[in-house]
Amino acid sequence: MAEQVMKSDGTRIVASERGFSFKRFILQWEWMLVLMLVIVNIINISFSPNYANFTNVMNAMRDFLDKAIVVFPMAFVIMLGEIDISVASIMALSSVIMGVCFKSGIPMGTAIIIALLVGTACGFINGIILVKFKQLSSMIVTLATQIIFRGIASILLETNSVGGFPSWFNQFGWGKVGSVPIILIFCIVEGLFFAYLLHFTKFGRRTYAMGNSVTVSRFSGIKTDKIKLIIFTVTGLMSAVAAVFLASKMGSVRPDVAKGYELDIIAMVVLGGVSSAGGKGNILGTVLSILVIGLLRYGLGLINVQSQIIMVIVGALLIIAVAIPNLKSSIGRPEFLKSFIKKTPAKN
Amino acid sequence: MSEYILELRGITKIFPGVKALDNVHFQLKEGEIHALMGENGAGKSTFIKVITGVHEPEEGEIFLNGKKVVFKNPKEAQKMSIAAIYQHGTAYQHLSVTENIFMGHEELYKTGILNWKKMHADARKLLRELGSDIDPKTNMGHLTVAEQQIVEIAKAISTNARIIIMDEPTAALSKRECEQLYKITEKLRDDGCSIIFISHRFEDMYRLASRVTVFRDAKYIGTWGVNEISNDVLISKMVGREITQIYPKQKVDFGEEIFRVEGLSKVGYYKDVSFSLRKGEILAMTGLVGAGRTEVCHGIFGIETLDEGKIYLEGKEVKIKSPLDAMNAGIGYLPEDRQKQGLILDWSICDNITLATLEKFTKGTIINRKKERAKAKELAEMVKTKALSVFDKANSLSGGNQQKIIVAKLLNSDLKVVILDEPTKGVDVGAKAQIYEIMSKLAAQGYGVIMISSEMPEVLGMADTILVMKEGRVSKIFENASEVTQEQILEAAMNIG
Repeated sequence: MAEQVMKSDGTRIVASERGFSFKRFILQWEWMLVLMLVIVNIINISFSPNYANFTNVMNAMRDFLDKAIVVFPMAFVIMLGEIDISVASIMALSSVIMGVCFKSGIPMGTAIIIALLVGTACGFINGIILVKFKQLSSMIVTLATQIIFRGIASILLETNSVGGFPSWFNQFGWGKVGSVPIILIFCIVEGLFFAYLLHFTKFGRRTYAMGNSVTVSRFSGIKTDKIKLIIFTVTGLMSAVAAVFLASKMGSVRPDVAKGYELDIIAMVVLGGVSSAGGKGNILGTVLSILVIGLLRYGLGLINVQSQIIMVIVGALLIIAVAIPNLKSSIGRPEFLKSFIKKTPAKN
Repeated sequence: MSEYILELRGITKIFPGVKALDNVHFQLKEGEIHALMGENGAGKSTFIKVITGVHEPEEGEIFLNGKKVVFKNPKEAQKMSIAAIYQHGTAYQHLSVTENIFMGHEELYKTGILNWKKMHADARKLLRELGSDIDPKTNMGHLTVAEQQIVEIAKAISTNARIIIMDEPTAALSKRECEQLYKITEKLRDDGCSIIFISHRFEDMYRLASRVTVFRDAKYIGTWGVNEISNDVLISKMVGREITQIYPKQKVDFGEEIFRVEGLSKVGYYKDVSFSLRKGEILAMTGLVGAGRTEVCHGIFGIETLDEGKIYLEGKEVKIKSPLDAMNAGIGYLPEDRQKQGLILDWSICDNITLATLEKFTKGTIINRKKERAKAKELAEMVKTKALSVFDKANSLSGGNQQKIIVAKLLNSDLKVVILDEPTKGVDVGAKAQIYEIMSKLAAQGYGVIMISSEMPEVLGMADTILVMKEGRVSKIFENASEVTQEQILEAAMNIG
């Protein structure tokens, strides 16, 4: 509890330090995710005896970490109170263009760079539309670009696929340093970078501010358009990076690659405690929720649960994730109990 | 049958940390127009919300025709024939007049389909009865404030309201529009409605009301017949102290000119606004709501772009395209709507204070939290915030303390000119005096201060120079505020004729 000193004129001195509060510590959403993670692992171990084995867990990681690459920038997008559902289409378009370039004789290294540029351009297009036409919602704009980007990919390759990449390219998806997959190392570095950006820098603080109120941010001299544009552009770039890893893992590119990824990615962000209304959340939560959803999918896949059923479970988890923070803030108020008996009057 | 159609006894309403109403009484006779007066923050708005069922009081009883009632929500109050008309219309701007009037109690055919023909006809009839020829098919957003109010009144009548509450209906109206509103209000009374009329304007009260009730600092002060009480006594009841106490104006010798604007124009909002400001000077911008004061300051601060005009700071022209440009040049703006524009309510005091000036706490790219907190504490203390720690969330503070936090946020920038837009709106009396004190100190330290205000006493009490705006133009600049009377300002602000 903060020390309280009264001045002679009745104004209080405000404290600028606070001690450790157990209540504040324990009431964090992350504990819920830790609990879920434990439960998922218990389920996985009890159903598949070989699960608790370092090599298997590392393989599991490789299974879902291509999504994780996009989860971190997506956390920033949702933190702004926006959404980007075009990420999977950006992955498809950038990897298809990489394949087409490679097929036409461009060296693989150059093709990768072109893919990254394509992804960046796609993200920039999303961002610039949203900044220039403020009345449009990101849901609608990225729905439209989702269709457009995937459409272009389909025009370029129709139903064909391109493969036969140089063997070194396989290393992105399959390579290991010691016994740790390269993609895991990449994700750790990326996660640390985004955590640093969100929690320690001006940019992160301003992102939080915009998620809470764009108007207040503007009145505070924050370049809101610039921040939004950067975040959407970076999301495009990271989608292309994920596309490179995915193409490497699969050994070929096709226009229908990564279909439905955006839903898993958004689910991971929201389950991680990033408020879909914007302004709340952190990177630790998203890391935990990547593991929860990823390992759940992997474990259920091992015991041959149909993917449709897995989708139902992930959906249910998501509803719990959205509902619990709301419950948490109403428990303890008298209205909470009353609300079960009859409708309470609207507050203000 | 009771003598009173509506009676409230011992109403107390508590918000976290504030008593918004403290054992308040009110009695409304059938067929009377009853004025409710009090300063901003006296509790009038909360009181209306209790009557209309928006807030449930912690203590107290409400009697309707002598019978005790409890309103759980606005719908229940509406059923009991109570309607409120707010100053800032709660209308659906994109819907038609008819749709607005019948929202929630639409006329249907037996098949359940909306009967537009009947609703349009009824709407036209209602408006005619009120002496207005507004076309019910027009969009609400195309009407003037006065016309919108007439529609709101028509809506109230269409729900068979017998008790109508009008919350500062004349605040944004011209004289002629006021006259029309008076006539409508009197007609409603003659038709048997009972009316609670809230206004800051004595003129309204003398013209309409038979009785007046005064609230002050959330408490009930008294009820009098309008003819029994003199203007002076009424003011002293409302204010409760000598006016001079709350305006701690210091004598400041003005320095050289620090700020000047020339020919600021924006089509549809304001035209050819020019004025200048010296170091240590407090310039009050006043005028009716909608005269374009806030818009001009938004132009200066870079929230909206100017169509034309030049801004000079210390004699040098500055180009302002965004709030960041303005702040870098040394212009700070305290927005009118502190909850929507000034503060992130879910954030701590500390984070709010430093939001606009994060560069000051960063080394490389990392924010130095310790430094940030220390500075926030220093500033919060300087403006005399009442809070336990800098970690308290902004929404846990009272209106006055929230405003002080925004002032602290401003003071952390290196400013030369501060623009304060209605700095004491909805702020309690104690905090008001502290805000005036800060304003005086700023002037004494050589800042140029621009204060937008609609409250006459504070304009007269604080300003060195008074600029009156009317319909987007500078109507008059009074160089020597101490010799100006309220009447002169009103004359310059109003649309006479």
